[in-house]
Amino acid sequence: MSEIIIVEGVVKKYGDRAAVNGLDLRVNEGEIFGFLGPNGAGKTTTVRVISTLTDYSEGSVSVGGHDILKDPKEAKKLMGVIQQHISLDTDLTVRENMMHHAMMHKIPKSERMRRINELADYVGLDEYMDKMINTLSGGWKKRAATVCSLLHKPKVLFLDEPTVGLDVQARRLLWDIIRKLNDNGTTIFLTSHYIEEVEALCDRVGIINDGKLIALGTPSELCNKLGSTAVEYYGADNKTEYKYFTSREEANEFASSLGDVKTVIIRNTNLEDCFVELTGKSVSGP
Amino acid sequence: MIGFLKEIYYVSWADLRFMRHNFVELLSSSIMGPLLYLLAFGFGLGAGMTQEGVPYIAFIIPGIAALTSLSASFSSTAARLNVQRLYYRSFDEMMMCPLSPSAIVFGKSMLGVVRGMISSSIIFAIGLVLTPELSITPLYVIVILISCFTFSFLGVAAALLAKSHASMATFSSLIVLPMTFLCGTFFSLSNLPSAVQTVLYALPLTHSSITLRAASLGWDFPWISLAALMAFAIAFFLINRHLIRTKKV
Repeated sequence: MSEIIIVEGVVKKYGDRAAVNGLDLRVNEGEIFGFLGPNGAGKTTTVRVISTLTDYSEGSVSVGGHDILKDPKEAKKLMGVIQQHISLDTDLTVRENMMHHAMMHKIPKSERMRRINELADYVGLDEYMDKMINTLSGGWKKRAATVCSLLHKPKVLFLDEPTVGLDVQARRLLWDIIRKLNDNGTTIFLTSHYIEEVEALCDRVGIINDGKLIALGTPSELCNKLGSTAVEYYGADNKTEYKYFTSREEANEFASSLGDVKTVIIRNTNLEDCFVELTGKSVSGP
Repeated sequence: MIGFLKEIYYVSWADLRFMRHNFVELLSSSIMGPLLYLLAFGFGLGAGMTQEGVPYIAFIIPGIAALTSLSASFSSTAARLNVQRLYYRSFDEMMMCPLSPSAIVFGKSMLGVVRGMISSSIIFAIGLVLTPELSITPLYVIVILISCFTFSFLGVAAALLAKSHASMATFSSLIVLPMTFLCGTFFSLSNLPSAVQTVLYALPLTHSSITLRAASLGWDFPWISLAALMAFAIAFFLINRHLIRTKKV
């Protein structure tokens, strides 16, 4: 399987602080890659660097074999980005925003409307096409942004916290879109605060902390490294503790040895356990 | 070349659609200030006066056309780009498209150029009705176009460098507003001490006023001021292109 994104030794500093600190990362063509990290770990900066929005001081980045500094136009043709913030022109209609994106990506005039209508139909935006963006709810804006990012048929789609603020239906629709795009060969690079989203969608996961990649693998590989079975117990000191074991027998044995505890749960280790153990932080906060 | 022009069109398309949606509002806000200057200074303070051998109304109309090119071009470009970059972040979308930095600079300046040309043309057309001393010449059209590009590029630079919406307001108060009143728009620079003149000749609106006045009143044309105005336009353009190319935005 070929690597479509290659990041080598990238450093991005804001003043004296390194937001990304010697990051090495390779994303395979055709996979859904999840990028997890606590707030301020460098996820969004990484996406901005790879997608050519932010400069960097050291290292190299290539997308589809094109160095993003030496050959930015060719690299940009391969990428689509759905940003964390909805970055549409609110003074224009949904259709005008899409048309503008199609133009800027140099989609031939004869194809623009066909692609816009196809994608708008798929995400259910038909009846909103002539409404101004600033009259739409967050979910509909996100759908419009999704269509804009897909018009030029990118080979790699970056989604930076795509489902933040969406209701359950909109989130599930976006998940379906991601899966369908991936089925059609689009590589997905997803950052998310929602562990279940990453577990549900991603083939491989990278965990970043303090600007460095600290873990990389499939969700099951990461869980197995920690121990496939977790024991979660609420002890006498009113604090929940976690222990990890390579087999359920070992976990049962440990659980039965616990003395004065109020609650014991034996379960499979999940990605959130890996995240907390590796970063020392919860997903949504410090 | 055709590809480059197409890129400029693609970049500017959204801004021109925005102008179409809000044409009356944008136009009226662009010409209200200059019309008030014309009433207050041209008919109020300057009634019956002459300046450099022509009626004062004929003297200040090219100056007001110059300041209209500044205010309309600068504010349209700077305000919209500032909001797109810092608030809606829609400028990021443009930066991720396969467009040349030069096309982005030209494209983002087009709203200001169009609005500046329309607004200053309205002011000048009023002047043509009010006084027979003024005439429209090809040189006048060229100068007003260069002037609109210069101030629109300045607006792009201000918006790209602004750290916040407040810093845009500060830039307007400290740079644009003083230029409006001091750069030979309402009075001849020869009335001022030479040290002040030297400072004012370092500002683009001075050259815009001088060249527009000469072109419309049939005076000897100050080619050196036209060259200076073009130099400002090129300098602002290169700063913008550098900021976009190096992603310092």
